Amino acid sequence: MSSLRETGHGAASREEGKRAARRVSRRRRSLRPYLLIVPALLLTGGILYPFGLGLYYTVFDFAASTPQPDVVGLENYRRIFGQSAFWESARVTVLYAVGAAAVETVLGVGVALLLFRSTRVGRVLEKILILPLMIAPVIAAIMWKLMLQPSVGVINHLLEPFGLGGVQWTDTPAGALLTSIAVDAWVYTPFVAILALAGLRSLPTSPFEAAAVDGAGWWFTFRRLTLPMLWPYVLVAVIFRFMDSLKVFDIIYALTEGGPGDSTVVLQIRAYLEAIRFQRYSFGISYTIVLWAVVYLAAMVLVRYLGRIQTRAAEVRR
Amino acid sequence: MDMLPAAHSHDRRRFLALTAAVSAAPLLTACGAGFKDGGKQGDGSAADDVTGSFDWKRAEGKTVKALLNKHPYTDALLADLKSFTEKTGIKVEYDVFPEDNYFDKLTVDLSSGRASYDVFMLGAYMVWQYGPPGWLEDLGPWMRNSSATGADWDQADFFPNLLQADQWSLKAGAPLGQGGQYALPWGWETNVVAYNTEVFAKLGLKPAETFDELRELAGTIKRKAPGAGFDGMYGVAVRGSRSWATIHPGFMTMYARNGLKDFTVEDGKVKPAMNAPEAVAFTRDWAEMVKKGGPPSWTSYTWYQCSSDLGAKKAGMLFDADTAAYFQAVKGASPASGKIAFHPGPKGPGGSLATNMWIWSLGMNARSRKKTAAWLFLQWATGKEHLLKGAVQHHHIDPVRKSVSEDAAYKNKMKAIPGFIETFETVVDRTTIQFTPQEQFFDATTSWAAALQEIYGGKNAKSVLNGLAGDLASKVG
Repeated sequence: MSSLRETGHGAASREEGKRAARRVSRRRRSLRPYLLIVPALLLTGGILYPFGLGLYYTVFDFAASTPQPDVVGLENYRRIFGQSAFWESARVTVLYAVGAAAVETVLGVGVALLLFRSTRVGRVLEKILILPLMIAPVIAAIMWKLMLQPSVGVINHLLEPFGLGGVQWTDTPAGALLTSIAVDAWVYTPFVAILALAGLRSLPTSPFEAAAVDGAGWWFTFRRLTLPMLWPYVLVAVIFRFMDSLKVFDIIYALTEGGPGDSTVVLQIRAYLEAIRFQRYSFGISYTIVLWAVVYLAAMVLVRYLGRIQTRAAEVRR
Repeated sequence: MDMLPAAHSHDRRRFLALTAAVSAAPLLTACGAGFKDGGKQGDGSAADDVTGSFDWKRAEGKTVKALLNKHPYTDALLADLKSFTEKTGIKVEYDVFPEDNYFDKLTVDLSSGRASYDVFMLGAYMVWQYGPPGWLEDLGPWMRNSSATGADWDQADFFPNLLQADQWSLKAGAPLGQGGQYALPWGWETNVVAYNTEVFAKLGLKPAETFDELRELAGTIKRKAPGAGFDGMYGVAVRGSRSWATIHPGFMTMYARNGLKDFTVEDGKVKPAMNAPEAVAFTRDWAEMVKKGGPPSWTSYTWYQCSSDLGAKKAGMLFDADTAAYFQAVKGASPASGKIAFHPGPKGPGGSLATNMWIWSLGMNARSRKKTAAWLFLQWATGKEHLLKGAVQHHHIDPVRKSVSEDAAYKNKMKAIPGFIETFETVVDRTTIQFTPQEQFFDATTSWAAALQEIYGGKNAKSVLNGLAGDLASKVG
């Protein structure tokens, strides 16, 4: 009896133990989502903390010359928007970003179409294509600066037989901007081309086969089938490139330092000069906050547009 | 945190303000200038703690951290560093950065408020930027303390204009040579004309004595030199990048020789003067000279390009730091070595040879925790023994000390460069800082360089300089 009683008690305690284990397991399961978001929370904190701090600084007149800064409210922003230099920088920044993104999109898609037919040469070219992406943009800019040097640079030397040897690439405002865009395109066109090529390879074949059966020409097929279906992929590249170009610093600074005059002083260069060179910290940070707002708004608009384009592309596929 | 509002009516607001302030604290501390006392020390100098007789071994066993710019003067210093350690028992750790990044590195480091470097190289202009926030140690008390400074350091041996260039009262517009000694002259540069003797001989030219002659000469060389066997040669190499460094060498020297001022000081107020009618005319002429006789792609020209063009026989003349030409002139340094001669450059009206200077100085971090060791390092690096060795055995030319400039070995070495010693001796007493000391120096001169580029690009000089002066008036005044 006693052993039976003992056995019954043992079974009850085992049952109790199982229930406890299930409770712990349930608790663990319910905690898991919270544990999983810890890295994301830390990352968000790591982004928001300096951002919030930067925002906080903008309400002061903190500079090397004002070690005891006053609260100035929105005065830094009022000064920025009241400066003709800011609007000039904003104009140059937008021109640069639109120009660079447009050139890189056209060239990138073109290169992708050329490489799409996977010949052996094409596969070799694909590998060569990514080389500029492996070079730091600032190094690429310095390299191009040397090559574009009018008297000793290789580019003018190559152009000499065509009577174009004396080009002073960065000596005029338009020349400096165009040259900077060209160097940007040299570095980043491969990025667009790689994304476009991946897009091209993922397109369904049946619409193209149907078009071929109907006797559609290359241009018609490209315009009505390839481009609409490819556009979501290209747009992702455009968004990346446009955002990056709005924040450009290294290529322009290494090529022109913002000159001649103020003709290539984009917002990021102005922020750097104000915050680091001239040590007007709050004012410089205010510039970067304004730039952040511009990039954020542009990204919002483009991402919404991307959503619409993706829906349209899905309809074409159907 | 004295920037917090004194009173708060809402608890939630108070909580948010406190949270913001607390979260800001680490970065404010990291920014060094902080929101407190700007990093200034108390009234007493650490130099006062040094007592007893002078002793090179006073800080034996300590390590001094130095931030240095890549330069032949630095090479001379590093080559001799062992003798400092032997003399003092102090080790020196150092970082060397190229000039393009050097000042950004130094500025960020000093403004961070950390004492990561005890000593560093700086120019006299940097005193105007780093002095007011309290980042630089006033070396005056150290120099005056005979317990801290050896008798053989001999302050009177420095060229007085150089020592004065690193002294300032920290008040915008106040002349140099008064107030604290915020750095010590270590190596300097005077701005003169160096020219290619070969092309001058072939074209029958002689160095310009006036600015009009210089402009004429630059154009003549650009027109005639390529036809005389100097392929691609232009007249005069001067800096043109959109940087403060474009203004201070040849441009400011010639500007000052014409009796022109960057700013005027009236009743303690600093007012831009680069738009005065005579200044506008001079600036227009300078841009015209560059167009007719200057380098192609001038707007990207730094001293590296100017110097290497002279060495590569691409430039007939160089109006810049004498060192920039010297490093090309020494035997075997460049295709033009042995064919580069020196001249003081054009005189201004009335024969003025006022010349702008650049001084590589050495300074001490006001937050250094090893000030005694740092001071011993500065004393050694600016002392007679090391500087003479640097000048004779290395390329630490343009001595800051009279004794070195008069030393027979130094003179004998420099005799190999035609006109160097004569030119140096002609301008040495007339070389001073020609700018008005003020904290916004870098903003003002960077904007000035941008204006110069615009005028070179064809814009109206008067309206560009009026715009510049108007912009600077609100920042500097």
